Amino acid sequence: MALLRTDKITMQFSGLTAVLDLNIEINDREIIGLIGPNGAGKTTAFNMITGVYKPTKGQVYYNDKDVTGLKPHEITKFGIARTFQNIRLFKELTVLDNVIIANHLRLKSNLFGSVVRTPGYRREEQHIYEKSMALLKDVGLEDLKDEKSSNLPYGKQRRLEIARALATDPKLLLLDEPAAGMNPQESHELMGFIREIRDKFDIAILMIEHHMQVVMGVCERIYVLDYGVTIAEGLPDAIQNDPKVIEAYLGVD
Amino acid sequence: MKNRNIAVLNITLDSYKIKIFTLCGIYIILGLSMNLINGFTGLFSLGHAGFMAVGAYVSALLTMSPELKDSVFYVAPINPFIKMIQLPFPLALIVGGLAAAGIAFLIGAPVLRLNDDYLAIATLGFSEIIRVVITNTQTLTNGSLGLKGITRYTNAWWAWGIAILTIFFMIWLIHGMYGKAFKAIREDEIAAEAMGISLFKHKMMSFVIGAFFAGVGGGLLGHLIGAIDPNMFRFILTFNILLIVVLGGIGSITGTIISATAVTILMEALRFIENPINLGFINIPGIPGMRMVVFSLMLMGVILFYPKGLMGRAEFNWDYFLKKKFLRNRKKSA
Repeated sequence: MALLRTDKITMQFSGLTAVLDLNIEINDREIIGLIGPNGAGKTTAFNMITGVYKPTKGQVYYNDKDVTGLKPHEITKFGIARTFQNIRLFKELTVLDNVIIANHLRLKSNLFGSVVRTPGYRREEQHIYEKSMALLKDVGLEDLKDEKSSNLPYGKQRRLEIARALATDPKLLLLDEPAAGMNPQESHELMGFIREIRDKFDIAILMIEHHMQVVMGVCERIYVLDYGVTIAEGLPDAIQNDPKVIEAYLGVD
Repeated sequence: MKNRNIAVLNITLDSYKIKIFTLCGIYIILGLSMNLINGFTGLFSLGHAGFMAVGAYVSALLTMSPELKDSVFYVAPINPFIKMIQLPFPLALIVGGLAAAGIAFLIGAPVLRLNDDYLAIATLGFSEIIRVVITNTQTLTNGSLGLKGITRYTNAWWAWGIAILTIFFMIWLIHGMYGKAFKAIREDEIAAEAMGISLFKHKMMSFVIGAFFAGVGGGLLGHLIGAIDPNMFRFILTFNILLIVVLGGIGSITGTIISATAVTILMEALRFIENPINLGFINIPGIPGMRMVVFSLMLMGVILFYPKGLMGRAEFNWDYFLKKKFLRNRKKSA
């Protein structure tokens, strides 16, 4: 049984078909790449899976349950978390608060309990604090916990965004261009980091990435989109030598 | 009678000053309730006067005695059911707050799907609708004649007691998990939703809680002045509270407390500029409304020089204050 399966999802914006009949299948603990030239519809595919857009056609199944058209916060509750292409941290809040907020969706206490600070709420809050600190330690940001998140350097903001997504206890993590703007050294570290979080948190990862070294180095299977159409899928080696992929990226003469 | 038990204050302050002091407490409640919605959750709502009106009318109708209601409703007789209910003051305040919260819940369902300016316009519109409804439901509210002879239960103890409760409520709320969720919505709605926070549910919570305290504040105001009518709850009232929130810092509890106190005192202290002034060489005739000109200028000044308000999103804190002073001294000696 696949963890996530999309059945011919299509997204049309009036006349423009951004994604056509996309079929993705992700199993537990897999690292999957989604690549394609700019404007191929990769982020649109993400937005359909996470509920930002409702697909014009097709279904999204998570653990064989139809989750098509649910609100983003409901999808996150099921266990799909994401990061954003252009980092979307809670800028004015501290690094620690960013991670703590991502625990809110699993909070059992109600509003009243949180205001009068019932023992049950305080236990939960303490647990969330410890869990968040452990997460920050995992991504190497524990020393910066009281820093305003917008003050972090770019690479660390990306890490914080991943930590925040992990705090929602996902089974599937969607990373939208995690290596964007990173230098070779940083992107090399990122490859190790992605494998690390997969092993530690026992999750599947679907990532959009332009950085070919990262994609080929870390992904187990790859889907290639071009103008919304899936032109290839398979193992990294096969993708690298696929004439259609080469054509989409480099053009033909 | 209303100030009988404020013995300590009576020694140092006359009843006029005590009234201003009491008003400060009420404006703190109103400022904090608006700051929760506008400052901490980032919803640009301008419906405060409407919620206050609901709270003021409901609580006033509940504390007035049946005989008093009969004499006040001389044009159109009051609805007999409402005439008979009479509740003690604290209970009436709570029911007034709950009524305002209930109205906010109804308004919120359509309105909270909007953002920014659209939300501001829609809430402003609803606030006016509430006022118009109050003006036209004579058997319930006595229409444009308003309610008179309301017992002046509100004294400094009530106003400041509730203000302090409100302050603690807000501090605990904002520092708790729900407050953090509100702030996340303010920072980035898309990211907040992606982190599993239901936008609609949390915006509604903030809106309803804010309206509750606005209703309580409205009830206190009604029982301080002793008479209310629909014209009291025009947009200018919302503007006054917005002024407090913006001056103090959108998203700062201490900022709101400081500016609510300062604005309320100035609002009275500046009364002299509306009187005719003789400067010796020139005679300025009294211009009613000059105070608002001064406040508007102040607001412009703050926006120009402190765009985030006096406190920004920070809270007043002695450590910071002392450290700053200490550093300044050190710099001088170096």
